[in-house]
This record gives sequence, C-alpha cells and structure tokens, in this order.
Amino acid sequence: MRRCYFDHVATNPLDARVFDAMLPYFKEEFGNPLSMYELGSKAKEAIENARGQVASLTNSKASEIIFTASGAESNNFALRGIALARQNEGKHVIVSRMEHHSILNSARFLEKMGFVVTYLPVDKHGVVDPDTVKKAITKETTLISVTHASSEVGTIEPIKEIADIAREKKIIFHTDAVATTGNIPINIKELGVDLLSMAAHQFYGPKGAGALYVREGLRIVPLIYGGIQENGRRAGTENVPAIVGMGRAAELAGSEMNSRMEHVGRLRDKLLNIKASVENVHLTGHPDNRLPGHASFCVEFIEGEAMLLLLAAKGVYAASGSACSSKALKASPVLLSMGLPSSLAQGSIVFTLGKDNSDEDIEYLLAEFPQVIKRLREISPYGKGWGIEGEGGQCIVQK
Amino acid sequence: MYSAKVMDHFSNPRNVGDMPDADGVGTEGNPTCGDVMQIFIKVKDGRIVDIKFKTFGCGAAIAVSSMITEMAKGKTLDEALTISKESVANELEGLPPQKMHCSNLGADALKKAIEDYKSKNK
Ligand code: FES
Repeated sequence: MRRCYFDHVATNPLDARVFDAMLPYFKEEFGNPLSMYELGSKAKEAIENARGQVASLTNSKASEIIFTASGAESNNFALRGIALARQNEGKHVIVSRMEHHSILNSARFLEKMGFVVTYLPVDKHGVVDPDTVKKAITKETTLISVTHASSEVGTIEPIKEIADIAREKKIIFHTDAVATTGNIPINIKELGVDLLSMAAHQFYGPKGAGALYVREGLRIVPLIYGGIQENGRRAGTENVPAIVGMGRAAELAGSEMNSRMEHVGRLRDKLLNIKASVENVHLTGHPDNRLPGHASFCVEFIEGEAMLLLLAAKGVYAASGSACSSKALKASPVLLSMGLPSSLAQGSIVFTLGKDNSDEDIEYLLAEFPQVIKRLREISPYGKGWGIEGEGGQCIVQK
Repeated sequence: MYSAKVMDHFSNPRNVGDMPDADGVGTEGNPTCGDVMQIFIKVKDGRIVDIKFKTFGCGAAIAVSSMITEMAKGKTLDEALTISKESVANELEGLPPQKMHCSNLGADALKKAIEDYKSKNK
C-alpha cells in the first residue's frame, strides 16, 4: 500500500544527511563538552558549529542561540523566563488565541503566580490585528508573545508590525516560530523580535533538539538550574548528537529553502483542488498568507477522527482539530477563536506537506479523499444542511 | 487504539440509512463533543423487525451505532431496552475510556426510538 505522510506539523522524517552528521556523536565522539581533554573539546566544537548554523539560518548571532530539548521547552523558557525576570516592572503578559499549548499553559501557570494575562482575539482567518495588541497594552505589560504561524491553520501573523509596537513601548516580544523556522525564511534582525522559539524536528532534524533565540543583553531567568552549560542559562549535559543534527538540518534548510518552498507550495495548490471536486469543504486559515505546505479544511456534515481513521486505512496520515479526535474531547481552541461554529470545527482536517512528498502522493489523495468524505456523509444525518428532518430544521449540533 | 471489532463495524457499518416510514425515531446529541446519533425502528408484534441509523461522530460512535442496531434487531421492545452502554462496549470488545460516552449515545438514541414508538401507539 502507498504511504502518504501529510502530517509534517506533527513531526518531520529525519533527513538521511542529518542522520549521518549525528552518528559519530553517538559513538566515537561521545565526550562531554565540558571535559578538558580532546574528546570534550571536540564535542564542544561540534555544538558551537551547530550554534553557528542555527544562527545563520535565522540571521542572528551564535551567542544569541540557546539550545533546549524542544519547541515546547523554548516556549516555556521564554514566557516564564522573561515574565519572572521583569516582574518588578509589571505583571501583565499578552498572548494570542492562536498559540500552541506550550504558550497557553505557560500563560496559565503565570496567572497562578499572580500575573494577569490578556488573550488576543483573532479574525476569521486567524490573524492577530496589531491594533488589538496596541489596545491591550497597559503600564504593567512586560511581555507579548504571538506565534509566527499557527500549525493548525497555517496563517502567518504580522510579526514585524507587532514587534514594532512592542519595541516602541519597551515591551519584550517573543514569537513561537516552531512551525516556520526552516520552512520559510526567518530574518530575526528584520523581524525585530527579542525572543524566538524553534524545534529541529520541524525541519527534518531530530526530536529532542530545540533552540531559543534571546537577543543580546536580554536578561532571562533559567528554567533549569545546574551547571554552566549554555552560559548558565540552560543547565544539563548537552544532547550533542541532537544539537549537531539540528545544526546540519538548519544548514540544509537554508541552502534548500527556495526549492523546498516552491515544491511544497506547488503540491499544496494542487491539493487545494479538492475544494472544486467536493462540495461544502472550506479552507481554514488565511487563503494566501499561509505556510507553503499547509492545507487545512473543515468538511461539512462529518467528523475529523472518522476521516483520519479511514484515511489511515488507505495509508494517508493527516491531523484534525475536531473535539472527538482530542483526548479532552474539546474542539481546537484555535478553530473556535476564529469564529467557526463547533459543528463545523468537528469536520477539521489538516494536511501538511513536506519535501519528500510527490505529485503521485497528491494525486492519490485527490482520488481517495472524496471517497472517504462520501462514505462518511452517507452515514451522517446531515447532508442537505445542518438541520435534521423532523427536528424543525435547526442545527442541533450548535445548541 | 480501537479493537478489531470496532474497526470492523466502523469500516463496514451495518444498517446505515434513513427509514421514511419508521414506527419510532430517536435522536440523541452528545453534549461533550456535539455529535448526533439517530435511530429508526420498525416494530411488528412488539418486536424490532427493522432498524437503521445515521450518525455524525467519531469512529467509535459509528461503530457503536452499527453494533447496537445489530444487537436490537429481532429483539422484543423490552429486551431491547436492556441494551446498555456497557453491553454495547462489551460486544465491541471494549472502547477506550474517553470513548465510553459515544456508547451512551447509542443506548440513549435506541431508548428514545422505542419511547417514540410507544407514545405513538398508546
Ligand atoms: S462522537 Fe465525539 S468522541 Fe465519539
């Protein structure tokens, strides 16, 4: 059976060239970077080389990159680290409703510690209006965090505009760039952000490697205390192979950026043809200003988990933000914050493409997916609309 | 995450469809995730002689609907009323804990269909 992996926001396959770069650091070059002898200094060198590679992908300085174990750790570190470092100046933090759980749950943690958090609304495309940021700012505000792009709907946010507003008010600005780093060009100096989170497995690097960019001179309270690794800002013996892998993945992402974007963008546009062949399928997120390999829809009258199961049976792997597909049985807050009715959010399906996907993969999906939709619609009591016959025609899902 | 039985009933659901001349109809919505299950029954001499369903919901909800229609078919109304979320889940060789409420939906929709029939045939 054909296997089509369309869930690159979940994780990416490891690039074979990245794997090759990592291998020696599992075995021969196993040293602790803090050790004085050659084994240690070689590991140290490898880490610093990787730091340079990540810095050059994002147009920052190597000294501004702190390695972490994941995008989630970077987000936790940024939110807590800055809020705590500046708590004498104020205890108000602003985040958007498009954020990943690692931002939202860090914000909730801060609320428990006595901080006040404002959650910014978004428009129907999931865009944060910089004006709402301006209005949310108070004298107490010390930190703003808005994602660079939502992995659920692909919308790219106006980060530069928001960063300008923050700088003018002397507020620290963080962006979660886990979904964008390595996938679209990131120029930190141009974006004007103070902190930026990234994760290696989102650009064909290994899991277990992330990084936080922290602008030179910015004070941040560590998340993990211990030794002097990462200049005392992130203790713990470094995961050398993973860091080396992140560096190599960054290097490859930088040199292949244009061709990868062109490739996944073209395939994505081909995939969007599904809207022409099946009725009542809606694109979620911004129609143009979105991640190049990202296609997210809401399919009316059917539910996402059921779609995922039937697709998986055909070897197609995707994601959904439906309530039934989540452990907590709650619809994706991102979809609801864009004003989607919960009935429509139930039909969420997300395809995220990668460099190794082919035209044949998309053709296979375009042939199989309409059948999946048709089958589930035959089972659904809805069809001619959201009313159920004999129920007065009202949408009982939305009650 | 699902048993082979669940996957079988989900992939090849039995008794799917409308029943325009149904003797009883039961519709149940799921307050947790907003899903809907509809069961239609045809009754003769106190027995369920035909049964159909329509479901808007997850894989478990579809499997539950399919299974419950199989279980209820041919049963007397009183026998059918004893079908519970546990007995459906057992027949399906178990459901993940967070999916037990989908099983509830099936048992309740069937109950409503039987009540609907009874109220029309007093
Ligand atoms: S119907 Fe929503 S979880 Fe089963």
